Amino acid sequence: MGKKDWGIFLGTLLVIAAFPWLVKPVKAISHYLDVMVFAGIFSLVSIGLSMLMGYAGQISMAQAAFFGIGAYTSGILTSRFGFNPWAAMPVGILVSSLVAWLLGIPALRLKGHYLAMATLGFGVIVNIVLNEEVEWTGGPSGMGDIPSLSFAGVRITSEMGYYYVVWSMVFLALLFCFHVLHSRVGRALRAIHEEEMAAEAMGVPTARFKIQVFVLGAAFAALAGSLYTHYITFLNPASFNLMWSIRFLLMVMVGGMQSLWGALLGTVLMTFVGNEWLHIFADFEILAYGAILLVVALFLPKGLVSLISPGVGSHKVRPPLTDGSS
Amino acid sequence: MLMGDVLQYTVSGLTVGVIYALVAIGYNVIYNVTEIINFAQGEFVMLGGLCAVFFVGTLHLPISVAFLASILVVGAMGFIMERFVIRRARDVSVLSLIIITIAISIMLKGTAMFWWGKDPYSLSPFSSGGPILIGGAAIQRQAFWVVGVSALVVICLTAFFQRSVYGKAMLACADNPNAARMAGIPVRQMVLLSFVLSGAIGAAAGVIITPISLMEYDRGAMLGLKGFGAAVLGGLGQFHGALAAGALLGLAESFCAGYISSGYKDAVALVLLLLALFFKPEGLFGSKEAAGLKKF
Repeated sequence: MGKKDWGIFLGTLLVIAAFPWLVKPVKAISHYLDVMVFAGIFSLVSIGLSMLMGYAGQISMAQAAFFGIGAYTSGILTSRFGFNPWAAMPVGILVSSLVAWLLGIPALRLKGHYLAMATLGFGVIVNIVLNEEVEWTGGPSGMGDIPSLSFAGVRITSEMGYYYVVWSMVFLALLFCFHVLHSRVGRALRAIHEEEMAAEAMGVPTARFKIQVFVLGAAFAALAGSLYTHYITFLNPASFNLMWSIRFLLMVMVGGMQSLWGALLGTVLMTFVGNEWLHIFADFEILAYGAILLVVALFLPKGLVSLISPGVGSHKVRPPLTDGSS
Repeated sequence: MLMGDVLQYTVSGLTVGVIYALVAIGYNVIYNVTEIINFAQGEFVMLGGLCAVFFVGTLHLPISVAFLASILVVGAMGFIMERFVIRRARDVSVLSLIIITIAISIMLKGTAMFWWGKDPYSLSPFSSGGPILIGGAAIQRQAFWVVGVSALVVICLTAFFQRSVYGKAMLACADNPNAARMAGIPVRQMVLLSFVLSGAIGAAAGVIITPISLMEYDRGAMLGLKGFGAAVLGGLGQFHGALAAGALLGLAESFCAGYISSGYKDAVALVLLLLALFFKPEGLFGSKEAAGLKKF
């Protein structure tokens, strides 16, 4: 991580840590805490997607499916087999990563439109399975009886508790991603994004790196799915459909896909837009989502962070000589 | 297995299969000129169906007029989409281009929900009368219309691309846009024409299938995906390949619904799409050489 990123990291950490104490006393906005729990959960998905889109230059329309695989694995293991949620979580991540790996090997050989269609198709298939395997998933009517997370034998039931659990994970994920980006792998990913053929010619194993980032994104999405499950303790396939994959795409695009900070900013913003401000439009919010997506793609392809600070966390490649131990 | 059942599934599979073929041809027309895959293609079909419902149900126009009017309206949407959005996006990355057509598709879906709500709508069949009984299978009269109109569309398009100046110019753009421009072909106009044509083809598919399968605002994505499956299986850019692949997908789906599970019938076409993309992206009928020129 560069100096600038460390600065933003610590600043963001402070704001996030203080946030509950600032909003809790004000009645009118005390429910923002709940919105921010969701924002944190979605951030885990969008950080993974940002790694894939912004850094490796590959698109995925299947993030909601990986989110769902994590959520349902956790939900089924805890409610049917009596797993502790903390034990179910890694299983969900493992299942999702394995699926992503198996899908990624053939899918990531495709480019652009074809990769988008393949991941889109996969996402829809997963949603059909969630709807049809009624015996396991409860089908369209959903499944309940999912336990909350507990810590040292005490069940976490408050929003405050979840808030700190979720956001700790977000910051750990960020640290991990910054570490990856400033290593050999990160430089290789940027090379793939710039010019895949050239990267390959320079001896970068492009296929392997692309699959690794794809799996990483699926693992983060599954972790998010598991946290989501134990927070709302009820699952329904509609939370994991195509529209949600598009919403994750939107979160990453709005903030700026070539920066992890952008993904974070976009996710928090779009979660507030979705849960708070557009709620009155109910189903018609998709019109707004379409319009936002179109405007961003046409006029602001680097997202909101490019307005704030053109260089943040993005394409600056550190000279390889100083790397060594990063 | 009863003969009647087999015949029944075959007919319903072929009927829905030619719809997938028309969606695939819609993709092909745009792809041939621009190498763009238009993610809003399925929404054109949905809009075509719902427009016809509006013209017949609300304005009480005869179905033939409604059919043409729907094609005009959705063709105009293709025009707007290209002229005011795609044309502005000339210099954006492929990633942004994908996101732009996805954005348009959800805006069209949202607009449809705004106008028509969430209920499925029906449209009366083009010709009245009960189903025709052949060998133990009951065939809806509309199925003949679906196959007939689709055949007509394919014949007209083939003639258009092989005989007319515009059609030949469009194919030239696909081969080599720079050379086409140097030969005096207005490439931008050909791109515009491809979106209009594609919208019109989608709308035609939507109008003819609505009497059989009803139509609602959120059908576009699935129709689009399955149509894309047909386009890839048939070899992108190829009309006759699309027709054969569409029929194949329709049959696979209909027999799965009949003998295995109706819940998973939608998944069949999607699994075939993934298999085609992974293992045979040049399509069942495409040559490896031609595929080498495409950017998968």
